[in-house]
Amino acid sequence: MSPRLPNDMSATTATIAPAARRAGLARRLAAKPTAALAILVLAGLIAAILAAPLLTHASPLKIDPAHRLLSPRTGHLMGTDHLGRDMLAIVLYGGRTSLIVGFFVTAIAMSVAIALGLLSGFYRRIDAVLMRIVDGLMAFPGIVLATAAAGYIGPSVTTVVLALSLVLIAPALRVVRGQTLIVRELPMIEAARAVGLRETHILTRYILPAVLSPILIQASFVFSAAVLGEAALSFIGLGVGAKDVSWGGALAEARDYIQNGWWIVVFPGAALVLTILSLNLLGDSLRDALDPKLAGRRA
Amino acid sequence: MSPPEKLLEARDLAKTFGKVAAVRGVSFALRRGETFGIVGESGSGKSTLARLLLRLIEPSGGGVHFRGRDLTSLGREEMRRERRHIQMIFQDPFGSLNPRMTVGELVAEPMHAHDIGERGDRGARALKLLDEVGLPAAAGARYPHEFSGGQRQRIAIARALASEPALIVADEPVSALDVSVQAQVLNLLLDLKERHGMTLLFISHDLRVVEFICDRIAVMYLGEIVELGDKAAICGEPRHPYTQALFASAPGRPKTARLAGEIPNAADVPSGCAFRTRCPRAFDRCAIDHPPLRALGGERFAACHLVEPAAEAVS
Repeated sequence: MSPRLPNDMSATTATIAPAARRAGLARRLAAKPTAALAILVLAGLIAAILAAPLLTHASPLKIDPAHRLLSPRTGHLMGTDHLGRDMLAIVLYGGRTSLIVGFFVTAIAMSVAIALGLLSGFYRRIDAVLMRIVDGLMAFPGIVLATAAAGYIGPSVTTVVLALSLVLIAPALRVVRGQTLIVRELPMIEAARAVGLRETHILTRYILPAVLSPILIQASFVFSAAVLGEAALSFIGLGVGAKDVSWGGALAEARDYIQNGWWIVVFPGAALVLTILSLNLLGDSLRDALDPKLAGRRA
Repeated sequence: MSPPEKLLEARDLAKTFGKVAAVRGVSFALRRGETFGIVGESGSGKSTLARLLLRLIEPSGGGVHFRGRDLTSLGREEMRRERRHIQMIFQDPFGSLNPRMTVGELVAEPMHAHDIGERGDRGARALKLLDEVGLPAAAGARYPHEFSGGQRQRIAIARALASEPALIVADEPVSALDVSVQAQVLNLLLDLKERHGMTLLFISHDLRVVEFICDRIAVMYLGEIVELGDKAAICGEPRHPYTQALFASAPGRPKTARLAGEIPNAADVPSGCAFRTRCPRAFDRCAIDHPPLRALGGERFAACHLVEPAAEAVS
């Protein structure tokens, strides 16, 4: 009853806000060697890809038969391919395709997965219908589904983005739904209902923030799957088409000339491997850093 | 029995979860302005009853009438609006507040949900409510995790007050708190109840707490009310063997007739009188006949074959 306050309300604890907690997350991530390395590699790749016009004057599409299959020692940093195109330009501009596809697929797949996953986890009736559709989508192997979709609409960046989004929505939706089911049973949700809060308010202010961590982790995996999926589709000729360069497309063309020059396979391949590996390591580290039970275990 | 006197009435409320009969036909009425206590061991169905009264779960049978309206017949949005007048305080002050919102936001939330006051004034009113529960204005900008259990329960009380309810249902509001803090929170609750002219339904397993704050008491056993009456009658002269045993089991009482064993599984309720398996005075009839809750006169009720209503009514 007394207005007197115990000591635990001193000014030292007063400043702890979510922003501070988020800063703590970044610090924890950076403190892990694998996470720090992954972030460094990704940052380097993205910087190089964005700065492509500054790094090379060559065009990835300019054919130069006189200078075909030149090795990396000849003034072309990564050599040239069987049509005389500069490999550095192919890797950098191909990376641009990967980033674009990865970004848009992640944005589309995650927004749909978040919206539908929240509704599905919160309303049982929607859940019953939606989960049957998701089961149906997941019954097909992803690459078959993407191939069918890409083959049906025809090759272009838009096609690839839509096809991969369609494939990657289902597993992400399941993650969001599963987390929503857990959060829905927390005491704070019952308390929120008892107060008489509107359901849209409970969904956006209570459930969404609580499921944000797994969503963040899932997004990094979706991004990596999109980059890999684009490469796979381009490799089998259902990708972005001849007008755009892509790592997968470069690998497909290089297949027949492996004996003539290792560089036309190794550089786009290495770029792809590095990107996927870094994204997956980042995702794993995010999961560890966001899960208080795992935090510190690998420190 | 004049109608305006009843604020809330439960009529034959029942709830089963699969085979488990958590609440089995509970009827009682809350009078406006009183503090009504529900006591029972864990597993007696008192928390389920609280959730049924607020319609946080749907009843398997029976109904709840609040200010003459049948809550169970209301649509989703109608029910949501009605919640403005019935607020609840939960046992767990750590889990019932959203950790990602500031205390000020949490207290202002019910005002937004029920369109109380002008949008711009709600923050100031939240601080006023915090002051009323003994927290400084600075608390409004902080997060729940920065507070102790007792302080969080004060926040929960301020939040419950924000929608100006007629009834507050408090489900074990102090049992998660340190004993030293319990009395402070109880006094605060009683104080606010008087000042705002509210009715308080208080649920607890702790007889001493209920005896301390309640005007009338209902004793629950295995999903039923076995005895109901004024505090003086229930505490001074308990009639049901279970109530008697409950008082004998309380710390600081003589050790005669303490309650033996544990409450039976609600999925397998004994035939006849549910209490007969632990009752020191059980006889043949108790296994066959289910004793109804009968009036003993003087606003007292008990459900036991040994308590004769006719004889009691005369005295």
